[in-house]
Amino acid sequence: MRRFDYHRAETLEHASRLLTELGDDTFLFAGGTDLLVEIRERLRRVRNVVDIKAIPGLSDITYDETRGLTFGALVTVGRLERLPLVRQRYPNLRAAFASLGSIQVRNRATVVGNICRASPSADTIPPLIADGAFVHIYSRTDMRVVPLSEFFTGPGRTVLAKGEIVTGITVPPAADNSGKAYLKHGRRKAMELSTVGVAVSLLMEEGVCSDIRIALGAVGATVLRASQAEAMLRGTALDAATVKSAADKAMEECTPISNVRASADYRRDMVGVLTGRAIKQALETFA
Amino acid sequence: MKKIVEFTVNGEPREMTVDTCRSLLDALREEVGLTGTKKGCDVGDCGACTVIVDGEPVNACLMLAVEAEGRSVQTVEGLQPGVDRLHPLQDAFMRHGASQCGFCTPGILMMAKKLLDDNPNPTDEDIRFGLSGNICRCTGYTKIFDAIKSAAREMEAARS
Ligand SMILES: Cc1cc2nc3c(=O)[nH]c(=O)nc-3n(C[C@@H](O)[C@@H](O)[C@H](O)COP(=O)(O)OP(=O)(O)OC[C@H]3O[C@@H](n4cnc5c(N)ncnc54)[C@H](O)[C@@H]3O)c2cc1C
Ligand code: FES
Ligand code: FES
Repeated sequence: MRRFDYHRAETLEHASRLLTELGDDTFLFAGGTDLLVEIRERLRRVRNVVDIKAIPGLSDITYDETRGLTFGALVTVGRLERLPLVRQRYPNLRAAFASLGSIQVRNRATVVGNICRASPSADTIPPLIADGAFVHIYSRTDMRVVPLSEFFTGPGRTVLAKGEIVTGITVPPAADNSGKAYLKHGRRKAMELSTVGVAVSLLMEEGVCSDIRIALGAVGATVLRASQAEAMLRGTALDAATVKSAADKAMEECTPISNVRASADYRRDMVGVLTGRAIKQALETFA
Repeated sequence: MKKIVEFTVNGEPREMTVDTCRSLLDALREEVGLTGTKKGCDVGDCGACTVIVDGEPVNACLMLAVEAEGRSVQTVEGLQPGVDRLHPLQDAFMRHGASQCGFCTPGILMMAKKLLDDNPNPTDEDIRFGLSGNICRCTGYTKIFDAIKSAAREMEAARS
């Protein structure tokens, strides 16, 4: 394994200062499930890691009916997966969390690390985008809040500037008239990265869909919104014919590539199938 | 860079001086001398390195040794309740032939221990979910399932 130095940050300010002072090849270290693999497989050159796990205040989870669900940068996927509130109110997030790696990986991996790695196939990103989540970002001069849908600039790339740290994520409250789903498609059920991931979050008012967001994973440089498909569905009763044409539209909107896991054509087909299925599953809440 | 790390392994306080880029897995095997925990892939895929840290199973290959500071680590060596007594899981694995080459066994035993601690009567689906991060290339898993179910029954009987 390539050698690197380890630093333990005491505060956000300290971590941010280390990131700028130690120079290039310095990375924040949370669960390490991406970073250590990238170091071992020589995918990333790392000279310093800055462990943020001793920074106070980053492990909280809160929920209230107006603000929604907020969790800090150190909250692991496993902790959220086991939370009754997540099971009850956010079945889409729960599906994504329970499908990420293994129990062992989830006990270390953070959700914030999963979004900061910015992989187009990351499982937590589509349902968080469909739910309209926000990212809280610390820098030594100010704090800013960015919609997750505007956080990514390319594969592995985000809007984070040098020295900026994500402190947590807020997911809007889950309304009683909301329906949510995340479907992950892979070659096997466990320990598998997504070939395609489709998330749907919608609101129904008196039998009419008043809002819907569809997020597509692993079929573009970043997780994509199928905004034209969404527009076709808003204001309708989500009848089978409309859902079918919207799913076809989502297939046109995605931009998949071929790789070891699947061909571009197959991915596109699966976007069609899974979009229809995810809408159906989201509606089951009201059945 | 080297650091002194104080932690407990299988209930005993330990101190080790480790390179800060060393994994907990390498440190356990090479510094502490506990070679029961195995290295299959070194990247989180196989589960052979599973240990329990502060009550939660993790891949020791994906944790740095320095992160063990102040924490409690349980390895397969700590599973048996006494020198000449086996844990019911170990006993059941032997009786059912749930171990062939044995490389996956320490990780699976730790995962199965955690599973039965949390859920004394697991269904097949619970076991499948619990072991989805542990790969076995020999047994085909059937005997592992049999052994875990049999150990669960024995542990249940011992409690009542
Ligand atoms: C065996 C295995 C299976 C996996 N399977 C899946 C899967 O099915 N689906 C999936 O989506 N992922 C999967 N993953 C990847 C997943 O574990 C990671 O993406 C994880 O969520 C990253 O979180 P972490 O805390 O481990 O991050 P780290 O590895 O510590 O960090 C990841 C990146 O984020 C940066 N970072 C971390 N925290 C912050 C912060 N607060 N602010 C700014 N930057 C930060 C780091 O510098 C680094 O670049 C798998 C990994 C393994 C090893
Ligand atoms: S050696 Fe750690 S998971 Fe394979
Ligand atoms: S017994 Fe050989 S890998 Fe499981």
